[in-house]
Amino acid sequence: MPNVPAHITGTVWKIEVKVGQTVASGEVLVILESMKMEMPVEAPEGGGVVKEIRCKEAQAVNEGDVLVVLG
Amino acid sequence: MFRKLLIANRGEISRRIGQVARAMGVSTVAVYSDADEKLPFVREADEAVRIGPPPAKDSYLSIPAILGAAKKTGAQAIHPGYGFLSENADMARACADAGVAWVGPPPEAMARMKDKSQARKIVQAAGVPVVPGTEGVVPDVETCQREAARIGFPVLCKAASGGGGIGMAAAKDPAELEKVFRQCTDRAKAAFGREGVYLERYFPRPRHIEVQILGDHHGHLIHGLERECSIQRRHQKVVEEAPSPLFLNGANPELYASLLEAAVKAARAFGYANAGTVEFLYSDGAVYFIEMNARLQVEHPVTELTTGLDLIGWQLKIASGEKLTVKQEDVRRCGAAIEYRIYAEDPVKFFPSPGTIQAWTPPAGEGVRVDAGYEQGSVVTPHYDPMIAKLIVTGRDRAEAIARSRAALEAFSVEGIKTNLPLHRRIAADPAFAAGTLDTRFLEEHARP
Repeated sequence: MPNVPAHITGTVWKIEVKVGQTVASGEVLVILESMKMEMPVEAPEGGGVVKEIRCKEAQAVNEGDVLVVLG
Repeated sequence: MFRKLLIANRGEISRRIGQVARAMGVSTVAVYSDADEKLPFVREADEAVRIGPPPAKDSYLSIPAILGAAKKTGAQAIHPGYGFLSENADMARACADAGVAWVGPPPEAMARMKDKSQARKIVQAAGVPVVPGTEGVVPDVETCQREAARIGFPVLCKAASGGGGIGMAAAKDPAELEKVFRQCTDRAKAAFGREGVYLERYFPRPRHIEVQILGDHHGHLIHGLERECSIQRRHQKVVEEAPSPLFLNGANPELYASLLEAAVKAARAFGYANAGTVEFLYSDGAVYFIEMNARLQVEHPVTELTTGLDLIGWQLKIASGEKLTVKQEDVRRCGAAIEYRIYAEDPVKFFPSPGTIQAWTPPAGEGVRVDAGYEQGSVVTPHYDPMIAKLIVTGRDRAEAIARSRAALEAFSVEGIKTNLPLHRRIAADPAFAAGTLDTRFLEEHARP
């Protein structure tokens, strides 16, 4: 199961998917905000089904923290 | 002149305003959030007041917190710097109500400029050329599509109360516009608490040229010549310079005269006083007004260093009621200056890179100035914008300024976080930059790794 990590340190601005949803590669899962910039976190190559969402909107996250688990 | 000034900002600009004020015999009050307690701007101020937790809305954007700090310390004036509350007319009015001088334009002028569609109408009526676009805010996606068809694709969708590239996106066709309209509306609401977007023609390869304005509260207003800020990423400026290469050695004299005249006309139409900037796009031999910024610009040093105008000093004098004694004919350019914004970000992908600065080695030398908000050991947090410093380099001419820039950028070293210094080194070494052939998409094609 691929874990999708935060690629930057910041806060979760928006969660764009729901558990159970099928996502294609490159689809936006979560939008992070850091230093006044929005940074989309995209589904990795191959996509998958959203098994778990490990973050909440407005939550502070560090680079490397797992945000979404795909199956 | 005031005895005590509160600086409602952070980082390099708080530090710089503080330095100018103290040199004029004015005592300074810094305000800070919990994220910034250990930064140099807090330590260097005569007094410092904590105003809240890290999120800007609870600290640097909190009007009650800042006015509370002014009351507590007995500050007679507030300088807002740039960003945060600097263009907030409610803040300017709240200062007036509290009997504190606002170092900025009158609140009525700010209100007229803030709504960009309103601003367009005002300057258009004054005979200033504007970018083709909608007359007012676009209420819904249907109107948006109809207006875009009239203006012609590609169009730019902008939040009416936006700034700094936030809530702004281009659309090349109706399908893309539908998506962009929704994004901009959402973003405007989230960032500024107000909905409302407008549309204008999108120029694929414009230059960004702006004119400095300085006016007093007694009816005297002058321009301080132009700056060019075409090198941008994500619609945010990266390198700024004065003079613009477009007008070097007397090139394009008629256009130059009409640009400066249009800037003064626009500022007068808004009833402007204090320091401000009129921004224009240049495309195919013409300039078009985009907006007027009711504040000191990030890039003001390139004007100060090439005209001798002490912009922050004048801001304070003007706010205290003094007359601007500089005449228009006294404003002359001497030499060239280039400013490089040092961002805490990946130099290729432009991803933000917060963290701790482990080593900080700024350059020094003839014509080299560094305005920094941080130092060795400082923590760059994700709460605020990524600019950590500005490198400003001057020379007798542009070629000398570029040559000095190359050496200064080589010597500049920051460890512990990623910065865009490698990008600046590539820009300074780029033949197109040296030739002065700039446009806002410069970084898409030039200075690549």
